[in-house]
Amino acid sequence: MINLKNISFDQCIKCTICSIYCPVSRATHLFPGPKQSGPDSERLRIKDPALIDSSIKYCTNCKRCETVCPSNVKIADLIQTAKYNYLKKKIRVRDFILSRLDILIRILSPISPIANTLMRNSLVKLLLEKFLGISRRQNFPAFERSSFKNCFKRNMQEQDIYDESVIFFPGCNVNYMDKRLGKDLVKILNAMNIGVTIPDNRCCGVPAIANSNIGRAKKYARYNIRSLKKALGDRDRRIVLSCSSGTLALKHEYANFLNLDTSTLHEKIDYITPYLFNRFSEGRMPALNPVHARVAYHSPCHLERIGGVMYTIDILKRVPGLDLVILNSECCGMSGTYGFKKEYFKISEMIGSQLFKKIDDAGPEVVVTDCVTCKWQIENMTGYRVLHPINILAMSVFKYGLDEYL
Amino acid sequence: METDVIIIGGGATGTGIARDLSLRGVRSILVEKDDIASGTTGRNHGLLHSGARYAVKDIDSAVECARENRILKKIARHCIEETGGLFVTLPEDDPSYQDRLMDGCSNAGIKAVEISCKDALAIEPRLNSSILSAIKVPDGTIDPFRLSSANMLSAMENGGKFITHAAVGSIIMKGGAVSGIECVSAKEGRFSIHANIIINAAGIWSQEICSLAGIKLKMLPSKGSMLIVDYRINRTVVNRCRVPSDGDIVVPGDTVSLIGTTSRSIEYNGIDDLRVDDDEIDILIRNGEKLIPDITRSRALRAYAGVRPLLAVPGNTAGRDISRGIVLIDHEERDGLKGLVTIVGGKLMTYRLMAEMASDLVTGKIGVSKKCLTARIPLPGSERLESLKKNLKLFPGISKSVIGSAMYRHGYRASKILKNDKKNYRQICECEMVTEGEIGYAMKSLNTGNITDLRRRTRIGMGPCQGALCTYRCAGLLNEMGHTTPGESLRMMEEFLEERWKGVRPVLWGDGLRESEFTYWIYQGLFGLGNIKNDNDGSSDEI
Repeated sequence: MINLKNISFDQCIKCTICSIYCPVSRATHLFPGPKQSGPDSERLRIKDPALIDSSIKYCTNCKRCETVCPSNVKIADLIQTAKYNYLKKKIRVRDFILSRLDILIRILSPISPIANTLMRNSLVKLLLEKFLGISRRQNFPAFERSSFKNCFKRNMQEQDIYDESVIFFPGCNVNYMDKRLGKDLVKILNAMNIGVTIPDNRCCGVPAIANSNIGRAKKYARYNIRSLKKALGDRDRRIVLSCSSGTLALKHEYANFLNLDTSTLHEKIDYITPYLFNRFSEGRMPALNPVHARVAYHSPCHLERIGGVMYTIDILKRVPGLDLVILNSECCGMSGTYGFKKEYFKISEMIGSQLFKKIDDAGPEVVVTDCVTCKWQIENMTGYRVLHPINILAMSVFKYGLDEYL
Repeated sequence: METDVIIIGGGATGTGIARDLSLRGVRSILVEKDDIASGTTGRNHGLLHSGARYAVKDIDSAVECARENRILKKIARHCIEETGGLFVTLPEDDPSYQDRLMDGCSNAGIKAVEISCKDALAIEPRLNSSILSAIKVPDGTIDPFRLSSANMLSAMENGGKFITHAAVGSIIMKGGAVSGIECVSAKEGRFSIHANIIINAAGIWSQEICSLAGIKLKMLPSKGSMLIVDYRINRTVVNRCRVPSDGDIVVPGDTVSLIGTTSRSIEYNGIDDLRVDDDEIDILIRNGEKLIPDITRSRALRAYAGVRPLLAVPGNTAGRDISRGIVLIDHEERDGLKGLVTIVGGKLMTYRLMAEMASDLVTGKIGVSKKCLTARIPLPGSERLESLKKNLKLFPGISKSVIGSAMYRHGYRASKILKNDKKNYRQICECEMVTEGEIGYAMKSLNTGNITDLRRRTRIGMGPCQGALCTYRCAGLLNEMGHTTPGESLRMMEEFLEERWKGVRPVLWGDGLRESEFTYWIYQGLFGLGNIKNDNDGSSDEI
C-alpha cells in the first residue's frame, strides 16, 4: 500500500499548466509531463504499484511544476516519492557516487591540483563515461585545496565583536569549491555589523535525494537538523544559505519529502538574498560603490520555487552602475547531477538551449546566478564565467575588480 | 427482421441471456432503449458479494450468491478483483450481530473468519481504529460495465444481435401469442422485429413492458444512492457488521472508492428521473467516515442512484428488506399469453443464474435441448491470464500505465488494443489512461454509439476531472475516425457533459467545485458550447 502522506494530488483540477511549464517534457517526448507523472499516475499507483511508468525517471526535480501549480499540488514531491518507492532498480555505482558527492569531494580536495587536472583530462573523462556513465561532455568543477571552514577558523575568528549574529550554513560548494563566495559573504555581513557563526554541517542531502539514496539523505538531514538546532541554542538568530537548492532542501524537502520534523527551524531559514533584503530595508546597509559591468542574471528553478528571485534581483538592482540583463526564466537543464549522467546529457543540453541562446544574445561580461549547478552548466555550455550575486555585491562593497573573479 | 428470441433489456440479465442463448445456438436479438448496463446494472456499488451480507436474513440469497461468486471468479476474472472483505463492528453497533453473521455464514457455506482488530487494521490501514471486532469474508469487486460488455461480446461472436438506443413501442400479438415487437429509435425510426418468444429482462422497467402486452406486473421501486471518492482509499471491501442500513459499506472499485448505499421507496413514475437527495449525501458521508475516517479528506467525485428491481409479491414490503430472490414468470401459465417470459428480481451477482433459468425455459419451449454452458466457458477477456511483464516486453515504448490499464479493463482481449502503433501513445483520457487505440477498439467491436456508451466500455471521463479534458478530444476523435458528423460530435459532447454534470452536482464543494468551474470555463467560456447547439439544429443558418 502506498504511503498516503502526500494526498495533494487530490487537489489537481487537471488544468495542465504544469505540463506547459515543464522544461523536460518540452525537450523530450520521453517524459509525459508532470501532470501525468504526478497526480494522474498517483491514482493508478495507489490502485496498483505495478502500474508505475519508468518514464518518471526523466523528471529532473526542478520543481517548476510546483511553482506554477494553482492548486498547491506537490507534484515534484509525488514524482520523487514514486521514483524512490516503486522504481525498483539497483543503485548504480555512478548514482551512488553522485549521491555522496561530499565524500568524493573530501577525498579529492586535499589532492586538488592533481585531481583538477585529472578530471579535465579527456582520457579520464572518456573512461568515466565508459565505466560509470558520467558524460564526458560535462566538466567537473575544480576543487579548493583547503576548505572554507578551515580558512574561516584561521582568518575570521573574531565574529563576536558585532552587535548581531547569524548562522551561515556553507554547504559543499562554498566549503570545497568556492571559498571566495564564502569569504565574500562573511565580509559583507561583517560590513553590516553582523557576526557569522558556522555550524558543524554535512552535505545538505540534495544529491542523495536526486539519486534516490533516501536513507543517506535522511542521515545527512538528521545530522544537519541536530547541529543547526544546537547552533541556534535559545538565541533568536537566523540561518542563511548561499545556495538556493540547499535552502529548498532545509526549508521544504526535509519536512515534505523526507518526513522529518523541521518545525523549529523552518521559519528561521533564509536564502541569503531575502535575508539581505530584509536587513537592507531595516537600514542596515553597507555603502555601495559603482560596478561597471554588463551582467546577465539567470534565475535558478529552485530559487523560483522558494520565491527568492525578486530579492536577488532587488539586491543586484541596488548596485550602482551595473548593466543588468534579466534573462527569461528558463531551466538550465543541469538539475544537480542530472546533466552529468550520460543518458540524460542530451536532454539536459536541449533543456538549457533556449537559455544559452539568450545569454549569447545578451552578450554580458559575466553571468550571475544563485545556484552552483546552474553555474557549472552555463560555464560548460556557453563558456561564460558565472558568478554568484554575492560576488557582485562584494565587488560593489569592497571595490573588487571583476578581473579578480575571472 | 426475424429471429427466434427477442430479449428486452440490456442489463446484466439481458446480456447474460443473449450469451446463454447464443452458446446454445439459439438466434436472438436484444433490444435496449439506452445502452447496455445503463440502468440498474451500471448503478450499483460493484460488489462481488460473498453472500455474507444476506447470510443473516435471507439464507437462500446468501447460498445463491456464494455459488455464483465461485462461478464468476472463474468465468469473469477480468471483471473481478478478489480484494477480500471485512465486516467490522463499531463501538455503537450491537455486538451480538457478529455472532448471528458468523452462524449465518457457516449455514450458507461462506468462508467467514473472525480476525483480531490488529490484523484487520494491518489489512486495511485506513480503517477506523476503534472497531471492536472484525470478520474476514471472501467479498470482492466486480465491474458491471465490463461484465455486460463481455457478455455482449460473447453473444455477438456467437451470432447474437444487439440493437441499442431503441425503445420498445409496442408488442405485436397474434391470437393468444406474441409475435414480435415494434421499436422506435432516433437513428432508424420505427421498425419491427418478429419472433415467437420474447424475454422481458427489463428489470424495473418490466412493468412497462408487461403493460404493453396488457399484463399487470407490479414493481416496487426502491432507490439506492452511492457516493464516489477520487482515489482508492481502501483496498478491501469494508462492511459494517450490523443489520443492513444506510451507508454501511465502502467498496474499492478500479481507481476509486465508493460509499454505499441508501434505500428509499420511490414512485414508479420517478424511475427515469433519479436524483440523489441532499440528506442521502449527508448520511453516506457521515456513515462512510465511521468506517474509513480519512474518506472525508478525499474529493467526492460524484453521487448517483439506482433502482432495485423488486417485484411486488405477497409478503414483500419495501426496500432492502424485500427478498432479492429471482422470479421467473411464464406468462403463458400465469396470464395465458403465449411466448412472453419475464425474468426479474435477483441481483447483479445472480445475473448468470437468472439468464440460465430464463434460457432453460425458452429453449424448452422451442425444443432446443442444449444445456447451459455459461458456467463453464470463460467470457471474452477471461480466456487466459496475461502477464503485464510479457506485454511490457512485447510493446516497448507504450507506457506501463497504459498497458496495465488496458489489460485491467479488457483482460486477454487487450491484445486487440495493444499494437505498436502511435494510437497507443495518444492518450484521450489522462485520468484513466484511455488511448486512441482503446477507443478505436470499443467503437469497432463493442457496439458503442456515443461518448456515454464509450465511458461504460473504457472508463473515459470517470476520473477526477469528470470529462473536462477528454470530452472534446473524444468528440473530435470520433469525427476523425468517421463515426460522427461534426454536428453529432458536438451533440454527443454536450450530452456527455450533461450526464457527468448530473452526478457531480450533488457533491459540489471543495476541489470538485473548482474542477466544475474549470470545466465550465473550457466548454462554455472557451468553446461557447451552450450556444453552438442551436447553430447545429439546421433551422437557424443565419449568422
